[in-house]
Amino acid sequence: MTISAAESPHYRMHLNLGPQHPSTHGVLHLELEMYGEYVLGIETVLGYGHRMHEKTAERRPWQAFFANTPRIDYACGLPHGHCYALLLEEALQIEVPERALSLRIVSSELNRIASHLLWVGAFLLDLGAFTPILYCFDDREQAVDILEHMTGSRLTHPYMCAGGVTGDIDEETVLKIRAFIRRMRSRFSIYERLVTNNVIFVMRTRGIGVITPELARAYGATGPVLRASGVACDIRTVAPYGGYGRYTFDVPLGASGDCLDRYRVRMAEIRQSLAIIEQALDRLPGGPVRAAVPRKIAPPPGEYSSSVEGARGHVTYWAVSDGSEIPYRLKIRSACMGNLSLLPELCRGMLLADLIATLGSLDLVIPEIDR
Amino acid sequence: MDNSAMDIDVLRIVCSVVLVAAFVFANATVMGYLERKLAGRFQRRLGPMEVGWHGILQMPVDGIKLLAKRMVVPQQAEGLVFRLAPVISLSPVLLPLIAIPFSPALQVVDMPAGLIFVLAIEAFGTIGVFLAGWSANNKYAMIGAMRSVAQNIAYEIPILLVALAVALKAGSFSLAEIVLSQAALWFVALQPFGFLIYLVAGLSECNRAPFDLPEAESELTAGYLTEYSGIGFSLFMIAEYTHMFTICCLATVLFLGGWHGPALPWPAYSSAIWFFMKAYGLMFVMVWVRWTFPRVRYDQLMKFAWKYLIPFALVNLLITALVVCI
Repeated sequence: MTISAAESPHYRMHLNLGPQHPSTHGVLHLELEMYGEYVLGIETVLGYGHRMHEKTAERRPWQAFFANTPRIDYACGLPHGHCYALLLEEALQIEVPERALSLRIVSSELNRIASHLLWVGAFLLDLGAFTPILYCFDDREQAVDILEHMTGSRLTHPYMCAGGVTGDIDEETVLKIRAFIRRMRSRFSIYERLVTNNVIFVMRTRGIGVITPELARAYGATGPVLRASGVACDIRTVAPYGGYGRYTFDVPLGASGDCLDRYRVRMAEIRQSLAIIEQALDRLPGGPVRAAVPRKIAPPPGEYSSSVEGARGHVTYWAVSDGSEIPYRLKIRSACMGNLSLLPELCRGMLLADLIATLGSLDLVIPEIDR
Repeated sequence: MDNSAMDIDVLRIVCSVVLVAAFVFANATVMGYLERKLAGRFQRRLGPMEVGWHGILQMPVDGIKLLAKRMVVPQQAEGLVFRLAPVISLSPVLLPLIAIPFSPALQVVDMPAGLIFVLAIEAFGTIGVFLAGWSANNKYAMIGAMRSVAQNIAYEIPILLVALAVALKAGSFSLAEIVLSQAALWFVALQPFGFLIYLVAGLSECNRAPFDLPEAESELTAGYLTEYSGIGFSLFMIAEYTHMFTICCLATVLFLGGWHGPALPWPAYSSAIWFFMKAYGLMFVMVWVRWTFPRVRYDQLMKFAWKYLIPFALVNLLITALVVCI
């Protein structure tokens, strides 16, 4: 399409996509400048889901913020808790028991799988296929059941805490997780036939929303979005934390950075997560799951930060302590903001349907941006 | 015409109209239920289960609910057109039923140009959709309406071309004649490509997934239906299912040998069973496709029609003409 044909404001249309729209995944508001079916420009409006998480942290004891962490990114909350726990442990010089490290990794990876499955379903829904999401939820349900058993909750898992995790797992849970791994591995062929080899799916995603490595870096994209562009950046391997250095797994990379690559990278990541969980279960050490941590904690004055790899990309927590029992400041950097800011760059001259596909492929949890 | 013959004619017309109208609502109810049940099967769930045995009363209950609801007319909408659009959309899909030969005796009128009549009337359905989208004065609805018009223009042509090839083969435009000429061999065997082209274009004609661009709920919320509620919405739903049914009926007439099948007692009426089995079989395929494929993109849809379907349909017509000539 020639943009010049659409220069005249007479032919332009202003379209509000969201905040109530089936494909904006939460409360994203896009202001589109359209020329017929083509998108000329886009402005993102955020803030509909602001919940004052950072401010809440400044009003409560350090430990109390663990309740907020899974609620920031509700689709994959455990890495957030993990990140905050790492921060406190660094600040307080706590040695975390081996078993707790393993359990953190098992639960985080299960959470990542659940999140990726949710994404696959929602993405296909954005493309107009209704059925895959029910298969995805069928599988996700198994992962969520196990997480419920481990953590006591199905969505906002209150599992991570300073010095370890809140609960141990028994042999029965281990068997359940192993059964889940077996089941999940057998399910990939279903997704292959229903989605990956679906001719319309490939038509709708190949070459759509191409993100070059330079563009991804310029906008601070992280996670599968960045890796689909071929940049091997995964905190679990680049700066291993919480014992990830001891596991062997691949970092799946894409070649062209289009929507299809982002889909492939996430599907491959599910396989890698399964491998990580299997390794963790194979050498699950005994012992306590929580170090002795005083009820009231007050990190020495200073700045602390920690980073983990969430399902959507880097999660970074940065805290300032003034030596009191309440954080002076807590700043969270999560992945979706960087990934979303790519959208205006990508969508120029795009068809509306492709915009929805690209938006979906970024795997956004809007309240995670608003916080 | 003497008086008694006219009475019988009037009686026949009244009966047909009542039967067709009753059938349309029954079809929408049954198809709506089947679609939801089948969707459940494809998606590893049960579908409606609560109302009646296995949810069998779900659709009537939904229908009553929609009837009881107020039809909200948005302030900015063109009120009259907005209210008329569902009716305008339903009538063109209803009318072709009078020309369809369900069995040798079950046909309201056998027009000499029945095929042309059916295709011409069906093409009017777009006007209802377009008026609905336009009058709602909603941007999503308008984009849906624009898509619908472009799509229907593009897909009307291949349908016409393959139907023409069948008419050539049968040597008649009368639907009953076309069925009769398939007594020995169904045209699907002679026109396999024509049949495929018809099915794809037919899916697009009645705006079914993967060609449901005018509705495209992940892009346009609900497209031209965005502002509709209550009875207006349900009329559009009935129109959609009836449109599916007429498309499948025409496919049965043109390619699947109409009422032909193993012999039954009283064939003049009972052979309609075969007709309905074929038509509903095709509708099952349509449902199956809908719950399997993602939606195609607007430009891909257009490209597919103009670059592939129409040329292939033309070649199909040309070959058929040559064969008939020889």
